[in-house]
Amino acid sequence: MDREKLVEVRDLRISATNDDGDIIPIVKGVSFNIHKGEVVALIGESGSGKTTISLASLAYTKPGLHFAGGELLIGGEDMLQAEPLRTRDIRGSKVAYLAQSAAATFNPAITIGEQVTESAVLHGILTQEQANKRAVELYRALELPDPDRIGIRYPHQVSGGQLQRLMAAMALCGKPDLMVLDEPTTALDVTTQIEVLKAFKKVIHEEDSAAIYVTHDLAVVAQIADYIVVLYGGEVMEQGTSDQIINNPTHAYTQRLMAAVRPKPQAGLGTAVGAEHEREIPAIKVRDMTAGYGGIVNGEPKVPILRDINVEVKNGHVVGVIGESGCGKSTLARVMAGLLPQARGSIKLDDEELEGDLRDRRLEQLQKIQFVFQMADTALNPKQVIGDIIGRPLEFYHGLKGKKKHAKVVEILEMVELPAEFASRYPMELSGGQKQRINMARSLAANPEVMLCDEVTSALDSIVGANVIKLLTALRDKTGVSFVFISHDLSTVASFADEIVVLYAGRVVEQGPTDEVLTPPYHPYTRLLISSVPELRIGWLEDTMKKREMAVGIAKNVEITSIGCPFFSRCPMGIEGTCEKQNPPVRELKMGHQIACHRTIEELEEVEIEVQRALHEDEHAADQGEEGTLH
Amino acid sequence: MMMQMVMRRIAIGFATLIVVSIIVFVMTSILPGDVAQIILGQSATPETLAALRKQLGMDQPGYIRYFQWLGNMASGDLGISKAGGATIESLIAGRLGNTMVMAGLVAAISIPISIALGLWAAMHPGTWLDRFVTFGTLSTISVPEFFIATILVLILAVELHWLPSTAYLTGEENPLELLRALAMPLITLVIVVSAQMIRMTRAGILNVMSSPYIEMAILKGVPRRRIILRHAFFNAIGPIVNVIALNLAYLVSGVVIVETIFAYPGLAKLMIDGVQTRDLPLVQACAMIFCGTYVVLILLADIASILSNPRLRNPK
Repeated sequence: MDREKLVEVRDLRISATNDDGDIIPIVKGVSFNIHKGEVVALIGESGSGKTTISLASLAYTKPGLHFAGGELLIGGEDMLQAEPLRTRDIRGSKVAYLAQSAAATFNPAITIGEQVTESAVLHGILTQEQANKRAVELYRALELPDPDRIGIRYPHQVSGGQLQRLMAAMALCGKPDLMVLDEPTTALDVTTQIEVLKAFKKVIHEEDSAAIYVTHDLAVVAQIADYIVVLYGGEVMEQGTSDQIINNPTHAYTQRLMAAVRPKPQAGLGTAVGAEHEREIPAIKVRDMTAGYGGIVNGEPKVPILRDINVEVKNGHVVGVIGESGCGKSTLARVMAGLLPQARGSIKLDDEELEGDLRDRRLEQLQKIQFVFQMADTALNPKQVIGDIIGRPLEFYHGLKGKKKHAKVVEILEMVELPAEFASRYPMELSGGQKQRINMARSLAANPEVMLCDEVTSALDSIVGANVIKLLTALRDKTGVSFVFISHDLSTVASFADEIVVLYAGRVVEQGPTDEVLTPPYHPYTRLLISSVPELRIGWLEDTMKKREMAVGIAKNVEITSIGCPFFSRCPMGIEGTCEKQNPPVRELKMGHQIACHRTIEELEEVEIEVQRALHEDEHAADQGEEGTLH
Repeated sequence: MMMQMVMRRIAIGFATLIVVSIIVFVMTSILPGDVAQIILGQSATPETLAALRKQLGMDQPGYIRYFQWLGNMASGDLGISKAGGATIESLIAGRLGNTMVMAGLVAAISIPISIALGLWAAMHPGTWLDRFVTFGTLSTISVPEFFIATILVLILAVELHWLPSTAYLTGEENPLELLRALAMPLITLVIVVSAQMIRMTRAGILNVMSSPYIEMAILKGVPRRRIILRHAFFNAIGPIVNVIALNLAYLVSGVVIVETIFAYPGLAKLMIDGVQTRDLPLVQACAMIFCGTYVVLILLADIASILSNPRLRNPK
């Protein structure tokens, strides 16, 4: 790399001061360089200091932190020594920031256009008119819809993926030397992630801007970074070019990170159910269920979400529910829990009809179905100690009190692999992963038959998330409890679910045993989801974008339709005149595997053969090409 | 969607007024003693009492009297003061004017000052100025208004002789004299209502300041002043207008103590007089005016917060 050096980080040290006045080092002497036009990835799990380092390049520390030493030079100027007034000039003009959640970082009360151009105009880099013009150019480069008019809209009027790209426009508008991207795709669906990654890569290249890319996801890094810095506990474990780190990692920690990368969803990853928990009658059986929001008129919800759902949860099984956001995954769990009464259809628990409204259900029925919410932070009462949080269901459902209750609390803490002392602690004192364990322990305390887990690992980083999954599997084996595991992450679901239900726009498009769902033939939507999971391979993004399903399926929103196959608008093999007008037939394959599609199984299989052939030809061509250059 | 919400708020406001009118009517009806008794005095014979009650329409069943009263009130006929014989409109007209002048002046002074001080305190949290404002407003909220009024009289009227200690109006003052006469109750009320509005503005802004989009604005290099005025203020408007509305309603109906201390002929004082003379039609009319003011102001505040929400103003 003989390009000009833009950023030099030398022995950077950042510390925190805790409530007792003790100083705790967070970043312990980190050094690396960034050249012009280069994307450097900072990678590590939570607590590695990666966000703290990236914010230092904006001369910013989160409240409670302070710079303790070293220097961070941008174009020769030390960010750590910048005066308060100078920092204001630096931020937004020299260095721009892109946050993890665009939905939270856009001001809801100000138009998109004003927010995108604000920084460039305030810093006097562009006039308002020039900035508006540049913004429209950026919208176009980022492939946003209606680039001339999207600026007059408010943040709530565009989709999450669009907002994430608009944030890139906001960062780039003032032509910064350096962009800081903090986990910009972590909270997105895999399909949206591809779309955003592609747009980022294109625009970074076109603008020839340098970037710091912060993430814990090596597969994403492989697509976008030129250089990788691996961090752990505030120290650099290893650094080098993407090619070096991805193909020849030397440090043990990097290898551990590689192992935690989501495997390509495929057959044979799930675990078998212990025979002692098998029973004839399924724990939960949902038949022809339709549900939605806004009240029910003539047996139809005003805002329909789920339509004609048929799902079974067998005893001791893990049922993974997948689909993009807006497909009705959480709604399904809410209907099962009785939080949202269905408009039509029936729900049975142990072959007994359940009332739609949880207020009409019996105590023992409530006890048998427990909900685990996504955000442990908001689900746990911050003013109660863990012992009270877990003790409440013990008292409510099982009438335990005093010593007996305490003994049971300790037993349950043990089950979620936490020490007994935790009973007297407050949620605030726990880490994110520990809080999620408490969140599950509370449900477990009711001694349920089915636990409904709504995106319980989505907010955790990959290593912590993997441990939670391990715990779920262990609990299932030990207690025989069934899980409905909702996630937008197909790899996680594939790694431990016994059955998979693929939801699209409120309908089950495919379901069956994990190994069957994940081997061809696929429903076209399942195929899109599988191909969207990033692989730990440089060049994967470009290869994937060439695929047929990507051309049709990416960058489109989930739309709920009342008739026909809702996936039609994104399907590469839709039959015009049929798919959008008639509901697809449910085709039965072996072992209860079902695909709802107008195409026959033979047609779906044929596509698979074609794809395999094309893949082989490509490899063949590539081999020959290499040979050609050798000779 | 927004129009729908606004219409619903208006309908709810209207329903509240009806409910309030029923409560006012029932409550005043069950008070012991009636106007006939008061007019004729203790020595009246049962026959003359009955005759007068009949003449006043008081022998009718309650619900008929309620609808008559409601119909009259809706057409602007508030009835005749049973104690004095004058029409209630004429009694109220002058007093309502006085109350409105006072409330209008207080609002015109206190709202801009409160919002400015609240914003200023929020812009410099933790500074001596912010602490001074926080301490000052907390003290005025915790001290009863008659105490503030008394202290002001002691300082400004008794010791310094700058201002008159009463605000009694003869109706012949020139504007300067009027202002001088009103100064004492005006200052008292501005202090009383500003404290809450300042605190709510400051708290509302600081609450929004911890949002991720404010951190984003900081990282975009936006000056703190602009962050507060452009990024935070519009997201904090809902609670601020609600406190303003409550304080304005208080200025119309709740200022009786201040009016009494300064002998200011306002509407609240008229109502107290009405209670003392068992002048039920007068009490009912005043109560309805006060409740109506509350309902209208809260309604306006609700509509303002709906309008300030871009999600409702610009549907998807």
